[in-house]
Formats: sequence, structure tokens, C-alpha cells
Amino acid sequence: MTFWAIQTLNGVSFGMLLFLLAAGLSLIFGLMRILNLAHGSYYVLGAYVALSAIGVTGSFAAAAAAGIATVVALGVVMERGLLRRLPRDELPQALLTFGFLLIVGDLSLAIWGGTPQTLPKPAIFDASLRVGPLVFPSYRLFVIAVGVVVGVALWLLQERTRLGAMLRAAIDDAEIARATGINVSALSTGVFAFGAALAALGGIIGGPLLGVYPGADFEILLLAFVVVIVGGLGSLKGAFFGGLLVGLLDNFGKALFPQFALFTIFAPMAIILAVRPSGLFGAR
Amino acid sequence: MRAGVAIAVGVVLLALSPLALSSYQLGLLTKMLIFALFAMSLNLILGYAGLPSLGHAAYFGVGAYTVGLLAVKVRDNFWLDFGAGLVAAAVTSALFGLLALRARGAYLLMITLALAQVLWGIAFGWRWLTGGDDGLPGVPRPAAGLPWSFAGGPAFYYLVLIVFVVLTAAFWVLVRSPFGQALVGIRESERRMEVLGYDTWRYKYVAFVLAGVMAGVSGNLFVYYNGFVSPAYLSIVFSAMALIMVILGGAGTLLGPAVGGAVIVLLENVISTHTERWLTVLGVIYVVVTLFAPAGIMGFVRERWGGRTV
Repeated sequence: MTFWAIQTLNGVSFGMLLFLLAAGLSLIFGLMRILNLAHGSYYVLGAYVALSAIGVTGSFAAAAAAGIATVVALGVVMERGLLRRLPRDELPQALLTFGFLLIVGDLSLAIWGGTPQTLPKPAIFDASLRVGPLVFPSYRLFVIAVGVVVGVALWLLQERTRLGAMLRAAIDDAEIARATGINVSALSTGVFAFGAALAALGGIIGGPLLGVYPGADFEILLLAFVVVIVGGLGSLKGAFFGGLLVGLLDNFGKALFPQFALFTIFAPMAIILAVRPSGLFGAR
Repeated sequence: MRAGVAIAVGVVLLALSPLALSSYQLGLLTKMLIFALFAMSLNLILGYAGLPSLGHAAYFGVGAYTVGLLAVKVRDNFWLDFGAGLVAAAVTSALFGLLALRARGAYLLMITLALAQVLWGIAFGWRWLTGGDDGLPGVPRPAAGLPWSFAGGPAFYYLVLIVFVVLTAAFWVLVRSPFGQALVGIRESERRMEVLGYDTWRYKYVAFVLAGVMAGVSGNLFVYYNGFVSPAYLSIVFSAMALIMVILGGAGTLLGPAVGGAVIVLLENVISTHTERWLTVLGVIYVVVTLFAPAGIMGFVRERWGGRTV
């Protein structure tokens, strides 16, 4: 009982981190058709910068802001300065962003070293929550809450606001959206920056749970890819439920069959792919 | 014609190079040829059929692991081990092709990446068989039962060179054949080929498997070359490196990707001796090539000197 409850909690909280990444990947792909292989680098860079900033400021919130700001700046430079110059074709975009995956990973190794590091969590989450015989670490509940809040906010933004309507229009048909006076260019930069910020947020709040280390960028990117493959690229709902599914599968897979951890994720992916090539919530 | 002369001169130079090069340089040249083959194999699906893959290292690594495991743990017999490596690469690409070719574009990239990563996970996790992260050392040079040995640098170089020349010639015949022309048709407009009555899926699938087998050849040779195989052979870094080799050389040209492969191997060798930050430099190469040289070296040659490029 305790095992299942704790593993479920772990799985759901990890799923929420994956959702933060997958939502950004999905939005960026939906609007710009860019497959951003540097998305995991945003996650890692956010965590590393926050780690350094926390050493200076001592405040988790300030460190989080610093991490997110750094990553947003990188994202905007990549989108405005580089990706925009490429033809709308997945391969050059994937290669350019893979270049950034290498650069950020290698420079992080040079700056922060090769040993795994853990972000200290904010002091208010030192306590645990007791429900009968079960003890839940409150920080994990906080991570889940962040994921749910971001999910609900994104959903409201997309479905209920004028900005969301513009976004949906641009995702549906950028040409027509532009013709009706929507500033698709600014919208693209905004979405790219926002997606990068979500990834950095994931790295920062995930930092106290999972730590940050060389190679974490690609590990998390791969899982985020599985989420969007399962959930469907461009679908917010897909990112959310796909994130939950992959988070739980990953966690139970590692706990129950450590030897075959990857299979518990990729086997369902292959099955879903065979039945629904565009994912559970994919458009086509 | 001019291209034919250039190729003949190139082959002669390659054949004579053991006379002029030090054993270190010859080893580097051997590695360049092996990666040239790897890049060419990806070019068959990427350059001709228009199918990008972020998991091409899967077949390279499966071939390498098969040869390595057999040679170390069973028997060092070149013909058996090499053949088994090719079969393993073929089976893997036949299986992955069934799943991956349902998708296109970004999905194809992600799915090929994910599938290759499963193999990486197996090589990494199945320690008692593969040695896990430490890899599998001590793979001997091929024992082929021939009157001469491949243990020496020049002998092994000639083995690789012969494989390279034969496969390049076969590649040339393949891409000029109706099959190769159909692949180009699919790249340009799959819909139109379907309307013309081509079973495009079957063409793409055969190309996918052939590319996997050819990647297996390069992986097989590389494990003999290096005497070592590790999960890195299956990794995204290798897969993406194959992509940049193809783009750098010129996708859809016969020899461009081979040149791209040779250039990247050479750069890695030169730059790694000066700095630990080779991966940063490689990352910058990705950015610069995609931004400024999307048509690759062969595209530049074509623009500069005109005519049909090879």
C-alpha cells in the first residue's frame, strides 16, 4: 500500500515535470513546426543557473527567476537570430537545435563539472504530509500543484482569451492568421520564449528531486518526446495526459523492473504508435 | 567525364596512400573511410528518398555489438561474425522500418530517435552481456582464414578500402537504377508516385533496410578498427553525426556524404588534440552548416564549377 501510494506520487510529480517540457515542445511545434532538440538543454541550463544563483542570493524564488530569465534569453536569441533564417523544414531545425544541445551540454560540463548536483528545496517544504499511515513529502505535492496550475492556466489561456484565440488561429493556419492582422512573428517569439521558460521551470523545480548532471538534458528530452509521441504533437491535452502516463510508467518501470526500465516506456509507445500514428490526442 | 577522371585519380591515391602515410595517419584515413560509409548509408534514405532519421546509429551499433560479442565471446571468424553483424543490422532496420515509416517529418525523427534509444538502453543496462557503460574491449582484428593477416594497419586499411570501393560502386548502380530513380521521385512528390502506380511504402521500406545493412557494414568495420564497442555507438551523438556528415557533404549526391564523413572525422581528430571542448566545436559546426551551407560541399562545388556533380 505504502509502496503503491509513494510510487504513484513520485510518478505523478515526475509526470508534471514532463508535462512542463512537453507543453513547450508541443506549442513550439504546433505554431512553428520546429522540433526543438535543445528543449532538454533549457531544462538543465535553468537548473544549473538556479543552482549558482541560489549560492549567491540564498533565495529559491530569486534563483528560479535567474534561471528562467537566462533560458528565455537563450530561447529568444535562438528563435529570432537563428531558427528564423532557416527554411521551414524539420531537419535543418533539428540539426541546429541539436548543435545547441551539444554546446550547452559541453559548456555546462566545463562550468559546473561532471558530478551530479541537487538544488536545495525551499525550507517551507521540509515538512511531510501525513495521511493515516502514509507520509507524503510535501515538495512533491508542490511540484504536482505547479503542474496542475500551469496546465489549467494554459488551457484557460488557449480557450478563453483573445491571445489564445490568436494562438489557435496561427497554429491552424499561419498564413490566414497573418492576413487577418495577427502578428504571427511576435507570437512565435513569445511562444518560443514561453516554452523555454516552462522547460527551465521544470528543471528548477525538478532540481531538488532529480538533481542535475551531464546527460540529464538528453534523458529528459527523450522522455518529453515520448510524451508528445504518445499524446500527439501540438496538443496541450496530449502533453498533460501523456506526461502523466509516461511519468507513471517510468516510475513503476524503474521500481518494478529496473533491468527493463526503458521497455515499460517504449513498448506502450510502440503500441500506441501502431494503433494511432498521430498520438492519442493528435490532430491527424 | 571530368568526374570519372577525378574518381579514378582518387581511388589510385587512396590505394597508394599506405606508401606515403605514417601508421597513425593511415589509421585516421581508415576511420575516415568507415565513417564515409556510415554517412553514405544514411544518404540513401535521407538524400535520395527524403527520409530523415535520428536513429541511424542503431544499425551501426547493432552490427558492431554483434561482431564484437561473437568475436570476443564465441569465435573470432571474420566471415561468420561479419555476416551475423549484417543479419543483425538487417533485422533491426526491418523491424524499426515497420514502425517508423508509418510517420513522416518530425514524427519520423522522434520515432527513429526513440527506437535507437531503446537499443542504447539495452546495451547500457544488460551489463553481464555487453559490459554496460564500460563497453566491450578486446575485439581482435578479423581472422578471415586467408593467407595474410588483417592485424597490421595497411592490411586492414586495404580491407576497408576494398569494401568502400565495392559498396560505393554498388551504391552508384543502385541510385541510377529505376529503383533509385523511384526513390528520388518519392522524395520530390510521394503523392505523384502513388498516382503513377508505385507502391511507395515498399520502395521506402527496401531503402530503409538497405541503408540499415550498409550502416551495419560500417559498424562491423569500426568495431574491428577500434577493438572496442560501447553504448556510445548506438547513441544520438552518433546518429546526429551521421546527419551532419550527410548535410555537410551534400545530401542526395553520390560522394558528398563520404566527403562530409571524412571531414568530420578529420576535424574531430585535429580539434581534440588542441581542446577538450570538441563537442562545443561540433555544436558550432551544426549551427554554421545548417545556416550557411545547407547544400553542403557538393552544392558549393556544383555552384562554383557547374556541371553535374557526383
